Amino acid sequence: MKVDLSTRYLGLTLRNPLVASACPLNQDAEFLVRLEEAGAAAAVFPSLFEEQIEFQQQQVFGLYEYGTESYAESLSYFPELEDYNVGPTEYLRRLRAARQAVRFPLIGSLNGMTVGGWIHFARLIEDTGVDALELNVYFVPSDPRHSGEEVERRYLDLVAAVRKAVRIPLAVKVGPYFTSFGHFARRLVDAGADGLVIFNRYIHPDIDLEALAFRPNLCLSQSYESRLSMMWIAMLRGRCGAYLAATSGIHEVEDAVRMLLVGADALLLASALYRNGPAHFTQLALGLEAWLGEHEYQGVAQMKGSLSRENCPNPEAFERINYMRSLVAFTGKPI
Amino acid sequence: MSDSYITVDGNEACASVAYRCSEVIAIYPITPASPMGELADAWAARRRPNALGVTPRVVEMQSEAGAAGAVHGALQAGSLCTTFTASQGLLLMIPNMFKIAGELTPTVFHIAARTIATHALSIFGDHSDVMAARSTGWAMLCSCSVQEAQDMALIAHSATLKCRVPILHFFDGFRTSHEVNRIVSIDDKTVRSMLDDELIRAHRERSLDPDAPVLRGTAQNPDVFFQAREACNPFYDAAPGILRETMADFAGRTGRRYDLFEYIGDPAAQRVIVMMGSGVGAAEEALAALNAKGGKVGLLKVRLYRPFDARAFVAALPVTVRRLAVLDRTKEPGAGGEPLFLDVVAALNDEWTAAQRIEVIGGRYGLSSKEFTPAMAAAVYDELAREKPRRRFTVGIVDDVTHLSLKWDPDFITESADSVRAVFYGLGSDGTVGANKNSVKIIGEYAGLAAQGYFVYDSRKAGAVTVSHLRFGPRPIESTYLIQRASFIACHQFHFLERMDVLELAEPGATFLLNSPYDEKQVWDRLPREVQETIIEKRLRLWVVDATAVAREVGLGNRINTVMQPCFFALSGVLPREEAITRIKDLIRSTYAKMGQSVVDRNLAAVDRSLEVLREVEVPATASASHRRLPPVPGEAPDFVRRVTAMMIAGKGDLLPVSALPVDGTFLTGTTRFEKRSIAQEIPIWDADLCTQCGLCPLVCPHAAIRSKAFPESTLEGAPESFESRPWKSKEHPGYRLTIQVAPDDCTGCGICVDVCPARSKEVAKHKAINMSPQREHLERERANFDFFLNLPELDRRTVHLETLKGAQLLEPLFEFSGACAGCGETPYLKLLTQLFGDRLLVANATGCSSIYGGNLPTTPWTCNAEGRGPAWCNSLFEDNAEFGLGIRLGVDQKRAMAETLLRQMSAAVGESLVEAIVECRGTDEAALAAQRERIALLRQRLAGDASPAARRLLALADQFVPRTVWIIGGDGWAYDIGFGGVDHILASGADVNLLVLDTEVYSNTGGQASKSTPRGAVAKFASGGKESCKKDLGLLAMSYGSVYVAQIAMGANPLQTLNALREAESYPGVSLIIAYSHCIAHGIDMSTAMTHQKDAVSTGYWPLFRYDPRNAHDELHPLRLDSRKPTAPFKTFAEKEARFAMLQRSNPAEAKRLFEQAQADIDARWRFYEQMVGVTRHNPEPAEAEEIHS
Repeated sequence: MKVDLSTRYLGLTLRNPLVASACPLNQDAEFLVRLEEAGAAAAVFPSLFEEQIEFQQQQVFGLYEYGTESYAESLSYFPELEDYNVGPTEYLRRLRAARQAVRFPLIGSLNGMTVGGWIHFARLIEDTGVDALELNVYFVPSDPRHSGEEVERRYLDLVAAVRKAVRIPLAVKVGPYFTSFGHFARRLVDAGADGLVIFNRYIHPDIDLEALAFRPNLCLSQSYESRLSMMWIAMLRGRCGAYLAATSGIHEVEDAVRMLLVGADALLLASALYRNGPAHFTQLALGLEAWLGEHEYQGVAQMKGSLSRENCPNPEAFERINYMRSLVAFTGKPI
Repeated sequence: MSDSYITVDGNEACASVAYRCSEVIAIYPITPASPMGELADAWAARRRPNALGVTPRVVEMQSEAGAAGAVHGALQAGSLCTTFTASQGLLLMIPNMFKIAGELTPTVFHIAARTIATHALSIFGDHSDVMAARSTGWAMLCSCSVQEAQDMALIAHSATLKCRVPILHFFDGFRTSHEVNRIVSIDDKTVRSMLDDELIRAHRERSLDPDAPVLRGTAQNPDVFFQAREACNPFYDAAPGILRETMADFAGRTGRRYDLFEYIGDPAAQRVIVMMGSGVGAAEEALAALNAKGGKVGLLKVRLYRPFDARAFVAALPVTVRRLAVLDRTKEPGAGGEPLFLDVVAALNDEWTAAQRIEVIGGRYGLSSKEFTPAMAAAVYDELAREKPRRRFTVGIVDDVTHLSLKWDPDFITESADSVRAVFYGLGSDGTVGANKNSVKIIGEYAGLAAQGYFVYDSRKAGAVTVSHLRFGPRPIESTYLIQRASFIACHQFHFLERMDVLELAEPGATFLLNSPYDEKQVWDRLPREVQETIIEKRLRLWVVDATAVAREVGLGNRINTVMQPCFFALSGVLPREEAITRIKDLIRSTYAKMGQSVVDRNLAAVDRSLEVLREVEVPATASASHRRLPPVPGEAPDFVRRVTAMMIAGKGDLLPVSALPVDGTFLTGTTRFEKRSIAQEIPIWDADLCTQCGLCPLVCPHAAIRSKAFPESTLEGAPESFESRPWKSKEHPGYRLTIQVAPDDCTGCGICVDVCPARSKEVAKHKAINMSPQREHLERERANFDFFLNLPELDRRTVHLETLKGAQLLEPLFEFSGACAGCGETPYLKLLTQLFGDRLLVANATGCSSIYGGNLPTTPWTCNAEGRGPAWCNSLFEDNAEFGLGIRLGVDQKRAMAETLLRQMSAAVGESLVEAIVECRGTDEAALAAQRERIALLRQRLAGDASPAARRLLALADQFVPRTVWIIGGDGWAYDIGFGGVDHILASGADVNLLVLDTEVYSNTGGQASKSTPRGAVAKFASGGKESCKKDLGLLAMSYGSVYVAQIAMGANPLQTLNALREAESYPGVSLIIAYSHCIAHGIDMSTAMTHQKDAVSTGYWPLFRYDPRNAHDELHPLRLDSRKPTAPFKTFAEKEARFAMLQRSNPAEAKRLFEQAQADIDARWRFYEQMVGVTRHNPEPAEAEEIHS
C-alpha cells in the first residue's frame, strides 16, 4: 500500500510535510524550481526586513544629503535620484517572479518593526499572490524596563493588525523565550494566527577575538536542537487550535519522523538545505515514506500527533520527571 | 494661454530650453555652470526627448576645449548643438569659437558669467569671461534675471538658425544662475514652434556629407584671407535685425516682450545709466525711487551686446539725455575704458546726431559678485548730476588708493514694504538651504506669490555656514541684491550668536526665530550682550524652538530643517498656517518619497512636533548679560590678520578698502591657526595610559587637529594640571615625554582618529586610547593644554627616525586646520608631505578641492615653522599645473645655478673649502640639510661686510643651496583629464619634480562629476547610469616611460608604504608620480570610518598598492614591487559599502550586476598583469643629472 505523505498546513494541502524554510537561497526563482522538482512541498520566501529597509532608507538619505548645500561649488555630490529603489520594490519583484516560477505553495515572510510597517508590507506581499504569510517575529526585548506582558502585548497587537490587513493564512514564527509559552501560543491564535512556527532560531552574534567586537556569525543547526521544538509541539498539539510547523534541527529522516509524531503539520528546513542542497528533499521524502511503510502507517495524517502530550503514554516525561530521568541516565544511579 | 509658473534657478531655467533645442551637448564641469550640464546629463539618462522628439546625446569631455571641439565637430556634421561653461572654461573654448563663427555655424553656448582668475581665482560672477570672448565673432546676448535666462535661451537658439551667427548667451554667475525665482515656464510646443524646420534643414545641408562633399577649414594666404574674412559682414549686419524679429516672434507666442536695448525711466531723462546683466534689477529700483521724487533719470538695458547695433542703441535713448554712465562688470587694466563703455562711446560717435553732445562716463561695479545695490546705482546717478562727474569710477568698494570709488548712501534702501524679507543663518549640514529652497517653491508655486531665494555659502567645507535670503511678495521680485532690511531673521544654530552678528539686517519690529537648547524662560540669560541689546533696541519679537531636540527625537539627527521651516511659516504669516503645513507636508512627500517612506515619516513627524514646542520669549527691558560676542581672531595675531583677515572672518570683508589688500595677490601663510571656529560637537580625548604611541591618530587626522610631540621632561614646568604626558619610548631620548594633544577649536569632530586607534582598554572594550567626547565638557581644559603644547619645543629633526610612522608623526605639520570637509581623504597626505619636507617645499597646486582648502580666503592652512620656513604655494590654473610645476623647478634650478656661479666667483672671499662643501652638498637627509644651512650661515657671515654687487647678488640667492623639493599637486580631474597632456609631457621630461595625485575618482570640488579615474559601475554626475568604461590606469601609463618613479598608495590601508613612497619619490632625482587613494564625500561613505575602509579597497584588489622605482631598473633587479597582497575578497564586498556603487544596485540591479562583473574582471585582469610585471626585469639608462635633464 502506498504511504500518503500529504498533510495540511495553513489550510493548504502539501504533498508531503517537507517545506523549505525561509532562507536567502529561496529568493532565487530558479532555485525554487529545483526545490519543487526535488520534492519539496512548499517554500517560505526569505523575509522582508522592515528594519533593513528603513536602515537603508536612512542611510541613503544621510549619504545623499551629506555635505550638500554647504559649499557653492558642490551643492550636491550625486546625480538626482530617479527610479531609486530604497523600498521593497526589488524584493517584491523577486517574490512575484518566484510565484510565477513554481506551482507549489509559496509562503511569504515578513519581519516588521512597526505596526504600520507590518501592515503595509504584509499587504504588499499578499498582493504578489503568495499562498500564505509567515510573520517572522524577531524581536529582542533589550530594554530591561519592558515587562514580559508588554513584550507579549506587542506581539499580539501586531498579529491582530496584520490579521485584519490580509486575507491569506497567517503563520507566526516565534522564539521560545516566554514565561508560559503555551498560554502565549493560545493568545497568538486568538489574535489571528492560523499557524505557529516553532521555534525561530535566533542567530546570536559571536565575538571576533581579534577585533574584540560582536560580529554576526551564521551557524547551521544540528539535530539535537530540534528537541525544544519537539517538546512544545507535543505540548501544544490539539491544545491551541492552530497549525503547527516545526523548525530548527530537522536534518534526517528520524528528525522528521519525531516531529510528525509529536504533531507537526509541516517541517521547515533551512540548515539541511544549506548542507545538502535541494536533492536532500528527495532523500527525506523517500526516507519518510520508507519509515512510515516499515512501521505500517497509512500516511502522515495518521501518525501526526500520535505522540503528542495528549496522546503519548507517558506525558509526565514533559514535566519535571523528564529532567530527573535524564539525570539518572547520566549518573547511572537511581534517585 | 494660461501661464504656468515654475520655481527654478537660472541654470535650470536656461538648461531646460537649451536641452530641448539640442541634439548634441558636450559638457565639462565648471562653477557656476556645472548644474546646466548635470541637468542635461540627467535628463538624457532618463531618455527625455528634445523638442524634435529625440534624446540629445550628452557627452562629457576632458576639458572645455574638448567640449568646444566636440561641438564644433557635431555642428559640422549638421546637428543642433550646445554647451555650458564659465570663466576659464570659456577661455579654453575661444580658439574653437573663432572657428565656429568664422564658418558661420549656428549654435548657442550658455555662459554663467564668472570672474577670470587674475591675482586670485574667484568662482563668483562678473563679465570678465564673456568680455574676453567678445572678439570671437559670436553674437552676445545677455539675460538679467532667471526668467530671462530661460527666455533668451530660446530666442538665441531660434535666432542663430536664421542669422547663422553663433550666439553666446550669458547671465550672471550665482546672482542669476543660482537665484531661485518664480518664473513663467515655456512649454514644449512653444520651443518646437521657434525651431524653424527650413532653417534646420539648411543647417544640415551645409554639413559635411560624403554625398555632397565640401572642404572647410582651409589654410589661406595673404592674397585672399582678408577678403574672405570680410565676406561674412552681411551676416553680422543682419544679425541684430534677426534677433529683434525673433524677440518679436517670441513675444507673440509668450507675451513677454524684449528688445536689443530697452530703455526705462523718465521719457525726458537727462541722466541715464547703461548696463547689462543682473545689476539692472537694483538699478531699476533706484531709478523708481529717484523718479518718484522727480529725479528724471533713466536706465538703458543692453541685451544684445554683439553685434553692437549702434543705431538701435542711439534710437533707444531719449533725445533729452545729456549724460550717460556706462557700467561695466569687468576690468581691463590699462585700457582707455571698459568694453561696454568704449562701445557706447563709439556708437554715439557714429550715430548721435542731435546738436547737444552727450557726456559719457564709465564705471566698474560688481566684480566677483560684489554686491550692487540700489544705493550704489543712486550714487552713479548722483555722480552724473555733479558739475564735473568723474570720467572713470568704481562703485561698490572704497578705493582709498586711486580714489576712483563713488560714495553711496547706506540708508538708500528700496526694499518693498509689502514683502516678507527673511534671512536664515544655518549650517550646510543642518539642511537650512534645502528647506528654504522648498519654501520658495511652496510660496512661488502654490501660494501665487512672487518668491525669490538666494543663498550665500561658506568658503570652508567643514562646518560651513550658510545664509539664505528669501523674499516673498505680491509683485515680481527683481531685487538682485542681498536683503538689506529683514522682517524675519532665523538663526538655526545657537552658537552662531557667539561669533556672528546675525541681527545686523533685522529691521525694527522684525521677528527673530532662534533654535535654542534653552527654553523661553532660560534663553535670555544665555544670549551675548550685543544680541540682547539689539533685540531691545530694535524691538524684535524673539521666538525659540529646540529644533535640535525635536530632530533627534524623530530620528533626523542634526537635520533641523523640517523643524525650523514650519516655525518660519507660522511666524512670518506669508501663508495661512494650516495651508503652509499642508504644503510643507506635500512637498516632503514628493521630495523624499524616492528616499523611502521612513524618511518621509520622520520629516512629517518633525513638522507636527515643531509647532508644539515653539515659544515666544518675554523680552526684558534691559540687557543683563555680561558675556559678549567672541572676537574673530585672537589679539596676538599678526597685524595683517587683525586688520584684514579678521574682517573677512567676521563677514565684513566688503568694508575693507583697497589699501588693505595686497597689490599682487600675495598673502602670508599660517593663518588658519587664528580662525578658531570651534565647530566640533565631539573631540578626541587622549587616554595616555592606553596609548602605544603608534602615531596613527596624528597621521590620519585630516585637519592636523590631533598632534603628537616628544619633549624633554624639564620643559613640562608650568604645564596645566590637566596636561597629560607619558615617557617616550625612545632609546635615543632618555627622559623625554610624549603627548597626544587635540586642538579643540580646530577639530571638526570627524572621528577618523578614534576609528584607526588600535589600543583598547582591557576592562571596557569600546574604550580606546583616544575617544570622542563632548566638546563643551573639555573645551576650556584642552584649550589650555593645546596652548601649552604649542609652546613645547620641537624635536631636532636630525634625531627623528623619519622612516617610521612614529618618528614622522613627531615632526611639526606645516599644513593645519584646513577648511576641507570633515574627514577629508586628501589632506592627510599633504600634512605628511609637510612634515617630511615642508621647510624646503614648493607646491604647484591645480585648481580643485586642494586649491580651495589650501588657498581660499580668508585663511590658509599652509604654514611655517619657528624659523619662518615652510611651503611656498601657488595655484596657476586647472589645466596647466604640471607645466606650471615644471616651470617652478626650472626657475629654482636656474637660481641655484646662478648662485653657484657667483659662489665660485667669490671663492677667494668665501674660502675654497667652504665653496666646495656648499656646491658638493646634494644630500637631503636632515643631517645634511642642517649642515648645509650652517654652511650658508657661515657664507653669510663671511660676506657680511662685502658690499660688492657680486656679494649682494650671492647673498640674495644663498638659500638656494638648500635643495628645494617641487611637488605638483592636484586631483584626478586635473591629472587624468584636463591636465593630462601636461602631465604626460612632464612625465617624459625627466625633471626632478614630484606629482602627487589626490585621487578621489571624481571631480570632487565641483560636486562629483565623473572623471576618467571614476571606476566602472560607479554612479556619478555625468555618469548617472553607472560609468560604462573602466578607470584609466595612470600608473601604468607612467611606468611605460621606464624612467618615472611611480607609486600607488592608500594611507588607510598601508601607512608605512605611504611614508616610504613619499620619501622615495622625493629622493628620486627625476620625475615621480604618486597616486594617492583619497576617500571623499562623493563616494557616499561613512567618513568617520573612511580610513579603515581603505583596507577594503586594497584587500579586494580594487586599489592595488605598488611602487615602481627606476633605480631598480638595471641588471637582474625588478623595478616594480607590489605592496599589497593578492585580492582576498571580491570587489562586491567593497562596492556594497559605498553609495556610489550601491546606488546602481538599487536603481538598476541588472545593469549593476553587469557592470560589477566587468569591474571584477577589470580588477582580476589588472592584478594578473601586475603580477607578471613584478617578475619582469628592465634596463633603463641611469637617470640623467638634473641640470642635463633641464637643459
